[in-house]
Amino acid sequence: MVEWLESVLAGAVQMGTVYLLASLGEIYAERSGILNLGLEGIMIMGAALSFLFTIAYGHLTALILVVIVGMLLSLILAVMAVSLRLNQVVVGLALTLFGIGMSGFLTHPTIRGSVLLHLNPDLPETALIIQEAPKLPEIPIPGLADIPLIGPVLFKHNILVYLALILSFAMWFILFKTRIGLSLRSVGENPAMADALGVNVALVRYLATLVGGALGALAGAYLFIGFQPFWVEGMTAGRGFIALALVILATWNPLRAILGSLLFGGVEVIQFRLQLIGLGAQAPQFVLMLPYIVTIVALSLLSFESVKKRIGVPAALGIPYSREEV
Amino acid sequence: MSESPLVLMKDIVKRFPGVLANDHVTFELRRGEVHALLGENGAGKTTLMNILYGLYKPDSGEIYVKGRKANIRSPRDAIRLGIGMVHQHFRLIPTHTVTENIILGLKEAGFVINYKKMNEEIKRLAESYGWKINPDARMWQLSAGEKQQVEILKALYRKAEILILDEPTSVLTPQETRALFRAVRRMAEEGKGVIFITHKLEEVMEVSDRVTVMRKGRVVVTKNTRDTNPQELANYMVGRPVIFEIEKKELQPGDPVAVIKDLYAMSDKGVLALKGVNLEVRRNEILGLAGVTGNGQVELVEVITGLRKAVKGRVIIDGKDVTNRSPREIMELGVAYIPPETLRWGVVPSLRVVDNLFLKAYRYPPFSKSAVIDWKKVYEKAEELIREFEIITPSPFVKTRTLSGGNIQRLILARELSGIIGGGVPKLIVAAYPTKGLDVGATEFVLKTLVKYRDMGSGVLLVSEDLEEILRVSDRVAVIFDGKIMGVFKSSEADIEEIGLLMAGVKEKAKAG
Repeated sequence: MVEWLESVLAGAVQMGTVYLLASLGEIYAERSGILNLGLEGIMIMGAALSFLFTIAYGHLTALILVVIVGMLLSLILAVMAVSLRLNQVVVGLALTLFGIGMSGFLTHPTIRGSVLLHLNPDLPETALIIQEAPKLPEIPIPGLADIPLIGPVLFKHNILVYLALILSFAMWFILFKTRIGLSLRSVGENPAMADALGVNVALVRYLATLVGGALGALAGAYLFIGFQPFWVEGMTAGRGFIALALVILATWNPLRAILGSLLFGGVEVIQFRLQLIGLGAQAPQFVLMLPYIVTIVALSLLSFESVKKRIGVPAALGIPYSREEV
Repeated sequence: MSESPLVLMKDIVKRFPGVLANDHVTFELRRGEVHALLGENGAGKTTLMNILYGLYKPDSGEIYVKGRKANIRSPRDAIRLGIGMVHQHFRLIPTHTVTENIILGLKEAGFVINYKKMNEEIKRLAESYGWKINPDARMWQLSAGEKQQVEILKALYRKAEILILDEPTSVLTPQETRALFRAVRRMAEEGKGVIFITHKLEEVMEVSDRVTVMRKGRVVVTKNTRDTNPQELANYMVGRPVIFEIEKKELQPGDPVAVIKDLYAMSDKGVLALKGVNLEVRRNEILGLAGVTGNGQVELVEVITGLRKAVKGRVIIDGKDVTNRSPREIMELGVAYIPPETLRWGVVPSLRVVDNLFLKAYRYPPFSKSAVIDWKKVYEKAEELIREFEIITPSPFVKTRTLSGGNIQRLILARELSGIIGGGVPKLIVAAYPTKGLDVGATEFVLKTLVKYRDMGSGVLLVSEDLEEILRVSDRVAVIFDGKIMGVFKSSEADIEEIGLLMAGVKEKAKAG
């Protein structure tokens, strides 16, 4: 029983890290007023590129490159939404569709080989056709990892799991305790006022969107090389949208995002377990549906004015800012 | 050697499309004075101060701050020069704390903000002006008066020496007003300069050292307050004996056309905005509803016209209970509605003038048969309405947004008053702030039209924040405060002092009207 609990909890932490990384970035973007519906597209691109880059260059270089691509993709959104003041929903969805298509294209069996050879001409023949990549190594924390139950659940993971947890605390501190954080929050609430008081609204929004893109791509990379290093097309399976809902459930607070990620991650892990012990054919799909239902409910709640006030939606979320119109 | 003034604005000219908002205005603020800037709405006071604060760019003219020529392109420049402005509508973030609102954008706050130290400083600064503020409170928890204090603190914390207050008392209770005046005097004693924009004469006399009167974009006079008196200031302000007479037939009010019984309704924010309103509007009568904006007037007209749900109570129009019926059902009973904020709620700006004229009547004969609109009839009638209501437009086919505010209001009057299903005059006209933002000519036209329809048999509910206007045209005056009717008076017997007190919620003394 303890073993079962241990493996479910450890699984929840591992699965939850996908959601945590993605939602942390999105929290910053949304706190600055930018709704990035391109998150799903950025994540799937992160996953696909971590597959290709890892085979070509190894883990470290792959992670760095994936983060850079994530920032470039979100830069598109930032230019469109901040500078050109286009509708963020439309631009975001376009970005998602682009990411899904592009990731499928680059990893397609007939294309992948030549893509990989372009990246690294010295790759052996066998590397061009495999569907797998080496998983990120586990780094048990000495001493702590041996504590029963707590050790395996919290201290026996790969680097990205630890990074996500550390980032949650760091990003919370920056958001609520520093001047940069105050500027960020103010830009998402009342950009005109922030502008008048000397905050560079466009710069803050660009940076926040880039942070969101970087972490979104990292979340995708983690899903592949950190969690399930076997490539399946469209393997993010809407998790970017679940992360968007998680941001709302976490009320734009990085620390609460940890709890939300564990919850969503846990639901998914339990569903895997149920499948393993062969519990019904339909039931697993029902459980698998839960995160999506929570997503739809959370997003629908956002449309009520009173709910908006109570949970503290950034007042300027999704609204382009232009000085002339004030 | 005399000290150079804190601010000198020289020959400022600012033009908006169709209006000369500031016409060679010269204005001076000295150290240690409270300088009142007095004028009617639209006289150009706020425009002038928005120029000083960098929100508008003047077309010509020069600004000197502390003797040095200043080029103020944005509020940021103004703040750097020690200028702070408190707007009528607060610019605060409701979900942030007092301290967060005040220190936003300040480099001195440090990278990791030391909230304990900041809270302490802000508390001390507030106390030095006699204010008690909890720096950790979130803005939405504060009263209007406290929010204003935070706005002022925001400027003072940035070491502002020049403080612009734009109609600061319009949101305050009398007690809060007194506290503000004390703080303002204190600031002047410290050597700061305070510009006090107002249209209230008593405030000028009470708080200012000097007063500059503006009218139609020009400065009429600048005087020491002790060398003048309210009567003289009033004459400067309006420039002519006020009050143009509006001819009104002596009529005996008829049967009630609208009866409102114990009405309760929520505001958009989900709090009770109407708390048991009782009113009666009769045939051949204009009932003026006086009150400070935001005391439930808009909610009341919206419930009457079916745009907002009543929580409790009844609305009876022409003998029928129409509580919570649809706007169309109520309209078809013969209710005309002139909404507040005309451009937003009254017309579709991107449609043609003729389309807007018939937004109400188009679905009924003779303008449409079954589903098809008879455009020929519509055009004929449009020409007629444009003539009758003196709408100035190049043609009926231009986009409505190209019309001036006065002409858009005439268009709405034409649509609402003529478009009665089955002909005849409206039984009830609900007019919410129908003259707000209009020039004198258009105001006169609107008021005369309301009186004309009252003479022809309509009952009119006129909501306005201009008490003088209400007294000029109404037969009876009702005063609303905090969602309740404080009293109803015959206009001929109304005592302005008493109504003013009721508008401020000072005493509750109801008289039978």
